[in-house]
Amino acid sequence: MAVASILKSRVEVDEWRNLVKARPRTLERRRRLANAAWLTAITGGFFLAVAPLVSVLWTVVSAGLNRMDAEFFTSSMRGVIGAGGGALHAIMGTVQITLASAAISVPVGILAAVYLVEYGRGAFARTLTLLVDVMTGIPSIVAGLFAFALFSLVFGPGMRAGIAGAIALSLLMTPVVIRSTEEMLRLVPVELREAAQALGAPKYRTITQVVLPTAASGISAGVMLGISRIVGETAPLLLVAGFTDSMNYNMFSGRMASLPVFIYSQWQNKGIDAAAYDDRAWSAALTLIGFVFVLNLASRMTSHLLTRKSR
Amino acid sequence: MTTATAVIAASQVDIANFSASYGSTTAIDDVSLTIPASSVTAFIGPSGCGKSTLLRSINRLHETLPDTSSTGSIRLGGTDVYGTGIDPVVVRQRIGMVFQRPNPFPAMSIQENVLSGVRLRHHRLSKATAEMLAEWALRSADLWGEVKDRLGKPGGGLSGGQQQRLCIARAIAVQPDVLLMDEPCSALDPVSTVAIEDLIAQLRREYTVVIVTHNMQQAQRVSDQAAFFNTAGAGLPGRLVEYAPTERLFSEPAEQATADYVAGRFG
Ligand SMILES: Nc1ncnc2c1ncn2[C@@H]1O[C@H](COP(=O)(O)OP(=O)(O)O)[C@@H](O)[C@H]1O
Ligand SMILES: [Mg+2]
Repeated sequence: MAVASILKSRVEVDEWRNLVKARPRTLERRRRLANAAWLTAITGGFFLAVAPLVSVLWTVVSAGLNRMDAEFFTSSMRGVIGAGGGALHAIMGTVQITLASAAISVPVGILAAVYLVEYGRGAFARTLTLLVDVMTGIPSIVAGLFAFALFSLVFGPGMRAGIAGAIALSLLMTPVVIRSTEEMLRLVPVELREAAQALGAPKYRTITQVVLPTAASGISAGVMLGISRIVGETAPLLLVAGFTDSMNYNMFSGRMASLPVFIYSQWQNKGIDAAAYDDRAWSAALTLIGFVFVLNLASRMTSHLLTRKSR
Repeated sequence: MTTATAVIAASQVDIANFSASYGSTTAIDDVSLTIPASSVTAFIGPSGCGKSTLLRSINRLHETLPDTSSTGSIRLGGTDVYGTGIDPVVVRQRIGMVFQRPNPFPAMSIQENVLSGVRLRHHRLSKATAEMLAEWALRSADLWGEVKDRLGKPGGGLSGGQQQRLCIARAIAVQPDVLLMDEPCSALDPVSTVAIEDLIAQLRREYTVVIVTHNMQQAQRVSDQAAFFNTAGAGLPGRLVEYAPTERLFSEPAEQATADYVAGRFG
């Protein structure tokens, strides 16, 4: 019996060897072909996706460098006709409006996400999640119209101010912050919350001392993502912050320029010396891309620093 | 003359007719047992018989999961921890817990981890007190020598066994009366396991230790009394089958099921 079973397995082993040996040529060929086909498709897809990006970047950099000079970053367009002038007023406007939107969106977004993950149960939480989803898809012009209507109702029609732009943008940024914070909070292991609770920590202390710090790097990345989402928005700002050629440091009164609107207006209202307007538009575009780039870098750095601390 | 009620040690745990459920499934049914102070009590039994559920009910962690419920009473030093007006947070401050997988807080250093219980409760510590307390807790957890030069480093950088001892240090830094341990060695290598077992032997002088373990030898090595739980099948409620001094439970069990389980015939 033992011999028979050994023989049988011998036979099987031989058959298997033959199979393996017999297959290589045809099978190997097919495998290689399939491999090559997939590699081509994947690489092709990659280049297809990256080509427009590279092209845009190349165009913006090459055209934008023309006016990357000191004057561009130190002066406004006040009284400038034709060549010269700068985008300082638009840069400052973008910085102020973006910071103000973040100041609104970050606390609201983080608190909302904490509610959804740590406290929210049942129909109310589900409705809230649905609303956040819907908000993520709001067209930016609608956010602009909302802020326009709000400020018209409160301060009378035609009110323009940087803060109105910030409120419109925060409407776009908040759902991004909620979503990404929510995801990061859900990644914090239940064991950590239980460990904190088992130490006799009240729930809110568990959240502020354990859950949020553990998720900090992810949350900061989400905030940066939210900022990148709004920093290039044009339509709402055009509507409620308006445009000006002059510096305006006051968020609460008067029109306030911003980089996207600056680009738009330079492009749209060219003077006699059209090239000067084009150059300023391209340089402003390059500055904006630089902004987003720096933000991304900063987000990577903060999350790197924060995660390294935990290792 | 003796009074009718014996003096109850402050850290004795009396469980009476206790049941706990997840939704409609009862995990542990009608358990009554007394866990004496300053000793080690082992919970043994096959997976799914409700040992963890009962353990997590002692510090009221069970109720933090959604849709859970419990009946019966658990007394700590004579006071029902489920009594009206008892804050579960206060209960947990007196009953520490160590989990199966070491779970130091990743965003905190070793010292911060040890002191986290105190800080989470809002107490402020002077630098000197903090250092003293951290050293005391780490010494009690037999970890001081290994980490004293890197107290500011993250706890995640330690080995699994060291992390678990860090978690024990964290639990005893708040000076609880009772220490619950849910399979504290099951994620550890044999050497770390021995270290934790030695530690438990020291801790039993000052704390009431309750340990869930799947390891029969471990139960025999570390515990003074052992409770054997069993369930008639998956999803059916777990019951206390036998509770006796460890030596007797293993050498002359009263129940056939206990005998079969400790002999390794099932589970
Ligand atoms: N979070 C949970 N939700 C629902 N059922 C659970 C949960 N945790 C445990 N159970 C169930 O409760 C019973 C007891 O589980 P547990 O207390 O973890 O047993 P043990 O620790 O003895 O292995 C099991 O049937 C298990 O499926
Ligand atoms: Mg268990």
